Amino acid sequence: MATPRTLCKTLLASVLALSLAGCNWVVMSPSGDVASQQADLILWSTYLMLIIIVPVIVLTLLLAWRYRSSNKDATYKPDWDHSTKLELVIWAAPLAIIIALGALTWVSTHKLDPYRPLDRIEKGVPVPEGTEPLVVEVVAMDWKWLFFYPEQGIATVNELAAPVDRPIKFKITATTMMNSFYVPALAGMIYAMGGMETQLHAVINEPGSYEGFSANYSGEGFNKMRFEFLGESESDFEQWVAQVKAQGNPLSRDAYKALEKPSIDDPVRYYSEVMPGLYDAILNRCVDPGQVCMKDLMKSHHGHHGEEHGE
Amino acid sequence: MSSAVQTYSDTTSAVFGRLTWDSFPLHDPIILGTFVMVAVGGIALVVALTKYRVWGYLWKEWFTSIDHKRIGVMYMILGIIMLLRGFADAIMMRLHQAMAFGDATGYLPPHHYDQIFTAHGVIMIFFVAMPFVVGLMNYIVPLQIGARDVAFPFLNNFSFWMTASGAVLIMLSLFVGEFAKSGWLAYPPLTGILQSPGVGVDYYIWSLQIAGVGTLLSGVNFVVTIVKMRAPGMTLMKMPVFTWTALCTNILIVAAFPILTAVLALLSLDRYMDFNFFTNDLGGNAMMYVNLIWIWGHPEVYILILPIFGVFSEIVSTYSGKRLFGYSSMVYATVVITVLSYLVWLHHFFTMGSGATVNSFFGITTMIISIPTGAKIFNWLFTMYRGRIQFDVPMLWTIGFMVTFVIGGMTGVLLAVPPADFVLHNSLFLIAHFHNVIIGGVVFGVFAAITYWYPKVTGYKLDPFWGKCSFWFWLIGFYVAFMPLYALGLMGVTRRMSHFEDMSLQIWFQVAAFGAVLIGLGILSFLIQLYVSYKKRDSLRDETGDPWNGRTLEWSTSSPPPQYNFAFTPQVHENDAWWQMKQHGFKPPQEGFLPIHMPKNTAAGMVLAGLATVFGFAMIWYVWWLAAASFAGLILGAIIHTFNYKRDYYIPVEDVAAVENRRAEVLA
Repeated sequence: MATPRTLCKTLLASVLALSLAGCNWVVMSPSGDVASQQADLILWSTYLMLIIIVPVIVLTLLLAWRYRSSNKDATYKPDWDHSTKLELVIWAAPLAIIIALGALTWVSTHKLDPYRPLDRIEKGVPVPEGTEPLVVEVVAMDWKWLFFYPEQGIATVNELAAPVDRPIKFKITATTMMNSFYVPALAGMIYAMGGMETQLHAVINEPGSYEGFSANYSGEGFNKMRFEFLGESESDFEQWVAQVKAQGNPLSRDAYKALEKPSIDDPVRYYSEVMPGLYDAILNRCVDPGQVCMKDLMKSHHGHHGEEHGE
Repeated sequence: MSSAVQTYSDTTSAVFGRLTWDSFPLHDPIILGTFVMVAVGGIALVVALTKYRVWGYLWKEWFTSIDHKRIGVMYMILGIIMLLRGFADAIMMRLHQAMAFGDATGYLPPHHYDQIFTAHGVIMIFFVAMPFVVGLMNYIVPLQIGARDVAFPFLNNFSFWMTASGAVLIMLSLFVGEFAKSGWLAYPPLTGILQSPGVGVDYYIWSLQIAGVGTLLSGVNFVVTIVKMRAPGMTLMKMPVFTWTALCTNILIVAAFPILTAVLALLSLDRYMDFNFFTNDLGGNAMMYVNLIWIWGHPEVYILILPIFGVFSEIVSTYSGKRLFGYSSMVYATVVITVLSYLVWLHHFFTMGSGATVNSFFGITTMIISIPTGAKIFNWLFTMYRGRIQFDVPMLWTIGFMVTFVIGGMTGVLLAVPPADFVLHNSLFLIAHFHNVIIGGVVFGVFAAITYWYPKVTGYKLDPFWGKCSFWFWLIGFYVAFMPLYALGLMGVTRRMSHFEDMSLQIWFQVAAFGAVLIGLGILSFLIQLYVSYKKRDSLRDETGDPWNGRTLEWSTSSPPPQYNFAFTPQVHENDAWWQMKQHGFKPPQEGFLPIHMPKNTAAGMVLAGLATVFGFAMIWYVWWLAAASFAGLILGAIIHTFNYKRDYYIPVEDVAAVENRRAEVLA
């Protein structure tokens, strides 16, 4: 039965599908659960707003045409300038939409807070009990990305890998410039800033190779500050780790100091092992021997205010 | 650069700071070519002005003028000139991005491209949109409230020249040294002295600081003018809506610009004196800068759009031949937006790691702004309802605005949903959004306003044919240039990229570049319109002073209005004062004139702003002796000016009577 309603729905769906198919609109058709929820949120918010936007556009054109000066049939009331009923409607209509959208915002912002550990892997699939997230420590450098895998004891530059369907916990900082860590297929972005740590929880659901990059302009080498994000099956991921261990060199303090020098369009690098506490030292800006770490400095200044959420 | 400085002797650097021959980009063909063009054009202009002996006229009647109308026009001219510069930057970026794919590197090296996108943003906001908006307020507000000038006429002239001084510095950066490669808000640590040791960021700081003084003082001036100088009977709720929006905008300016001044001062301390406000080390924190600059930055966008809302209110009601629907709800909407504009700044950096509650608070306050804005749109709609709409060019811009702006508003509210912003932040979707509201709102509004008030300023209307060309090129050009950017944003393409690998994206950038060309034709049509209208001024002339059957007091004067605006201060009984006066068969009085007390022209504003330019330039190039001398000169000049007691005069009764009687003859 093609009722007007279903017809309308099919039409709308096919227009959307047409406009999204064919090209790679990664933000609207991502491969990670968090990004998928964000894409849905974009669609729902847009639908909500179209309820008011479409009538306004139609009314603008309609009224402009209807009350053109050459149309002498139209009523002309030059002194009519007030109607309490209309005033109520024109304030209440946007208000109603914003109440709905505000509620959606409140709920989704909390649910999709990047600091919040995941409770599901995808729609209808909760995180199995006892699953620990894969921790990846991310450092935005001038101008490349350094990734530490504390669990595996390895590190990589400009290549990131994670097993599918396992929650990932990113801890993110930077050496100097403010950058933004973004893998559109995986989840939304978050800034990477020197001396500070931000967090992002995400999961990749489909194996594949995805683009990651800095989404905050950071100077000369920003353009090439891109990396490949590999979503891999559990076994492929283990193989990848083994490959990093086999092909890489150790990331010692000296190797890090050499890496730290600004460079553009760096190749992928593997590090088979990592100097203990290196990420922490980068975060606290005390890689050089003898430097006082920021967390210690803060403790000595403020007592216990050193580690707060979001800072 | 630094090595070049070191090779110079200490004496040279004591005299010239870090300015060396290397500071002039003689090796860069693009910049050199631009310089040659500007120099040739500039010399031609100087020669022409000298040949036709207009220097004295310009100096006496314009540069030193403290007449708000003259100053308003100078602001508009500054805005048009800088629009050409800002658009040149835009088209260079669009062409470059359309080319730079795969093996092709485009025609701009990254360090040049990075300066261009920074300059484009800074120029379009500070030296195009701001001069346009301030210029409109300058010309119109005193006329709308029945005043003879602003509250502080000299300050007004000084404000203009300070704004122009900032523009001069930013133009200088094109040919002497470089501009910032930082993006238009110059976030540290990128703009710290370690990461950006060159002069670019210093050009940014000083041109904004100097122009900012002008903007702040003009804000103070207009708040006082509107609060204290309204014609008798014009209570707040009888003020024209444009004046209302101007009042709110200037309150925003007064409250917001000091924050910009402060945050740039802190950045200067970091750069010049090794402070650590925004550095990564020693307790500095760049997040403070991001917060502070947006506490100024968000109100700033309302500073731009509010007066434009006022413009559209005037236009809709005039061309619909009808009172504005819901005047009081319009006023309250404006005030609500004014207040709320201070409670939303954090939405510019949801991605900086605030907690979910903070993010949703600022997301929801942002959405709330769309309620009064929506109410305004509906008010315009219902003003058209049961009207008799004349589709003159200003009305076309208004319809174009209403359709375009709601789309921009929708994408803006979408960006205010924090989880959606996480995937769209810094993307080309964002770029499309704010061009959608700034072009669809501010630019369309400025062109509408120029067309609407042009006959008031010059005494003749603008040629409608070229106006329509301009409108359609702009409208279609906007959609062609920016809809692809929305799509690219949804493909995860981020802003400020100078090169792309993914060839499938190229077609979108090529379409966008074509759109930019269409916009260029829109600008060209506007310039042709100015020229053609001047040529045809006799047939376009308006003798009545009221070509559109206007409603507010500016239309009660002659076009252009006499220097003193009103021989007698009008009495106001309701809003749409002039409409009501016409309804009651108002006849301007023919006798009983009194001498009119007027302020005298002065060169002080230009001299002081000139010294400020020298000071800024000296600070940028570390020419300390010159900085000290020009700063001392600036202070001394300001003090000396306070001892100038010959700052007013009377226009004799005969002159007033002559002007008014001539007008009466024309009208009769």
